[in-house]
Amino acid sequence: MEQESPIDTEEENLENSIQFLSFTLGSEEYGVAILSVQEIRSWEPVSKIPNVPSYEKGVVNLRGAIVPIIDLRERFNLEHSKYTNLTVVVVLQAELRGKNRTMGVVVDSVSDVMHVDKNNIQSAPDFGTKVSTDFINGLASVNDRMVMLLDVSKLLELEGLNDTDSNDESND
Amino acid sequence: MSIDMAQFHQVFFEESFEGLAVMETGLLNLNMGDVDSEEINTIFRAAHSIKGGSGTFGFNSVADFTHVMETLLDEMRDGRRQVTQVVVDILLGSVDCLTEMLTAIQNKSEVDEESVKEHQKSLEDELNGTTPSEEIKVESNNDSSSQDDDINEVTVAQGWKISFCPHENLLQTGNDPVRMFKELEELGELEVFVDLHGSPSLSELNPENCYLSWTLILKGEINLNDINDIFDWVEDDCDLSIQALVHENLEELSLDDPLEIKAEIAPPANKKNADVVKTPPNANKATATKETKKSTASSSIRVDTGKIDTLINMVGELVITQSMLSLVGEHFSIDNLDQLKTGLIQLERHTRELQESVMNIRMMPISFVFSRFPRLAHDLSSKLDKKIDLILIGEHTEVDKTVVELISDPLVHLVRNSLDHGIEMPADRIAAGKPETGTVTLEAYHRGGNIVIEVKDDGKGLNKNTLREKAIEKGLIEESTILTDKQTYELIFMAGFSTAAEVTDVSGRGVGMDVVRRNIQSLGGTIEITSALGVGSTMAIHLPLTLAILDGQSIAVGDSTFIVPLGSIIESVKVTEDMVNRVAGKGETFRLRDEYLPIVRMNEIFHVESAKYVNLMDGLLVVVEGQGVRCGLFVDDLLGQQQVVIKSLEANYRRVEGVSSATILGDGSVALILDIPGLVRLSNQ
Repeated sequence: MEQESPIDTEEENLENSIQFLSFTLGSEEYGVAILSVQEIRSWEPVSKIPNVPSYEKGVVNLRGAIVPIIDLRERFNLEHSKYTNLTVVVVLQAELRGKNRTMGVVVDSVSDVMHVDKNNIQSAPDFGTKVSTDFINGLASVNDRMVMLLDVSKLLELEGLNDTDSNDESND
Repeated sequence: MSIDMAQFHQVFFEESFEGLAVMETGLLNLNMGDVDSEEINTIFRAAHSIKGGSGTFGFNSVADFTHVMETLLDEMRDGRRQVTQVVVDILLGSVDCLTEMLTAIQNKSEVDEESVKEHQKSLEDELNGTTPSEEIKVESNNDSSSQDDDINEVTVAQGWKISFCPHENLLQTGNDPVRMFKELEELGELEVFVDLHGSPSLSELNPENCYLSWTLILKGEINLNDINDIFDWVEDDCDLSIQALVHENLEELSLDDPLEIKAEIAPPANKKNADVVKTPPNANKATATKETKKSTASSSIRVDTGKIDTLINMVGELVITQSMLSLVGEHFSIDNLDQLKTGLIQLERHTRELQESVMNIRMMPISFVFSRFPRLAHDLSSKLDKKIDLILIGEHTEVDKTVVELISDPLVHLVRNSLDHGIEMPADRIAAGKPETGTVTLEAYHRGGNIVIEVKDDGKGLNKNTLREKAIEKGLIEESTILTDKQTYELIFMAGFSTAAEVTDVSGRGVGMDVVRRNIQSLGGTIEITSALGVGSTMAIHLPLTLAILDGQSIAVGDSTFIVPLGSIIESVKVTEDMVNRVAGKGETFRLRDEYLPIVRMNEIFHVESAKYVNLMDGLLVVVEGQGVRCGLFVDDLLGQQQVVIKSLEANYRRVEGVSSATILGDGSVALILDIPGLVRLSNQ
């Protein structure tokens, strides 16, 4: 599908490339724009929130702020796996309607920081599966592996996080 | 060298709104006939500060407008004009108009020119009606930043003679005469004569003081306003007189001995100084601690320096304790254990005190809200032809800043309602054997951890039957619904309910009371009505003292910890078999002193699987009350009371039914704070 190696792309078109943090969920590899990553933490017990979807694991205290933790595997309807000491929480932030939102997502492991040439990002095809492609910004190939690039603000938005002021919930 | 003036705008607006509030209070306090000249002075000073400030910042429309007001006030001050209700009403109207202008400028929106013109005209009409126009001319002429129409004829002349005698502290205020002269030079041909008479001998000379005075001759067709602009910054710090030069004596003057000129023009300059009372904006005692209570929540806060000092002292003590503890820690042996314990106790005390005083900074007296009501009562009583006394009690009660900002609109609504619907017409009052003048009392006080604000009137009270009929008519309740007195009164908080026979522009549109209640609830408060037909009604608002910290009771349900606001807990009981009943086989109730209360099982509505107890007899029932609804929360155990810092759950997450917010416990974990009314709603679903 692609002829030139990613290393070349990186060196030749630095200004044209975007940095992504890649992580894995099972055998799949995902990427989020590095600028939206606030920090990476290890999994720690959360305080559960009653009466919410099961992928919303609960909230934690992140230096005085209450931050929700979302299990991405469950969010994407993947098989649930046990949390271990190696389970990682990627803390993401994005601006949503003028407000800065922070959220932690549980992933299996963080793999790499990669440069992706803007021109090498393909739009996400309609999988026609139960996997929601709403969050996926595009696909990129890195070292012959396919990485799904996630749209962080959509990820945050679709959690129904925007209904603080009004009652009109945008349920996903 | 240009300074970004925009950074001072916010301060200017704050001060101006304060000034307007002072003017309004002053005007309302004026007694016809027996006028307190100090009161007029206060109003005058406020107007003058606004004029000066707006001129400086280039809001000329405001400066012009204020100038006319000031002229009128000046005549009142000098006793040249009678203080009448008409004048006061015109001035009050102008204060409103100014407020609108300033708000418009602040929000960078359009100023309503029509209304400004109208007010300015009524002011000018009032001025011209009784005062010879000559006098106004003198007034305006004297005033350095004036741009009044009356003086248009003298704003451009062949030349100007400016006598400029700075006060000694001119240089300390950062003004440099030389720079001003340079600016003047740009306007036209300038000759500068200096007067050295005031300068002391070298040994006595303080290099930071200005001992010189100048006489400036500026030739050319120059607008007076341009000259005024240059002196705008220093008009508080100097004696200034500007005189137009007549063409024929131009030559002659410049040839004269400057010292003589000085002597010649000194008297008018001094007179002017005596005439105009200048107040530096900050020196005005009445405005020093006031802050405007605009509905747009301002993000800055003015704090009493005393509070800051306390805070600094406490931080000092904290530092001492900290260094003592680290000393103990450095060479720790078990013998020092007592010392360590003392240190920790001190640390705890200081932390608590520090916390209290930080909270205290956010507290401001409720008078910021109350102060607008005398005006409201004054306006409304004349509009409605009623006689009303407004009594304010407990204005110094301190409440959280957020509360002050958000409570004012609901309170305005309640007071309007009392004035409009509560108090009867004078004739009706006499017929009912009551004094002709109705009384509305606004009272604020602390009770427990709450602040209570009461709006009380001695009017006709709420008619339960009318309320009921109205609600049935509007389809808000069924004909067969049985309501307690309390529930009947609550009807007025339902949307689309209005009892006024006719809609006035004051109230009666049926929007409002539901909004009032919603606003109060959003502050975590409640509102209650008590009323007696023919005697009067009382609306009592209960609000939490502060919105940032809460006294809470931790409860355990399985492995989860929740916080129940202490204020909503009535008691905790262990139930026995015979206390529990089932209603229709589903809902559980228990009897508590002849009252049947629903049981809310925390483990069920919050789906806590790890709950220790399922049997009601094993766990505890915490009896809670929220918005008049009582219920028993079934929990595993009570853990302890503690103050918790309220953290928003919505900042990064969203609203959760049955939970009001979250907090962080001592071990760093997050606990949810329960919302009792929400829980009851949840359990009813």
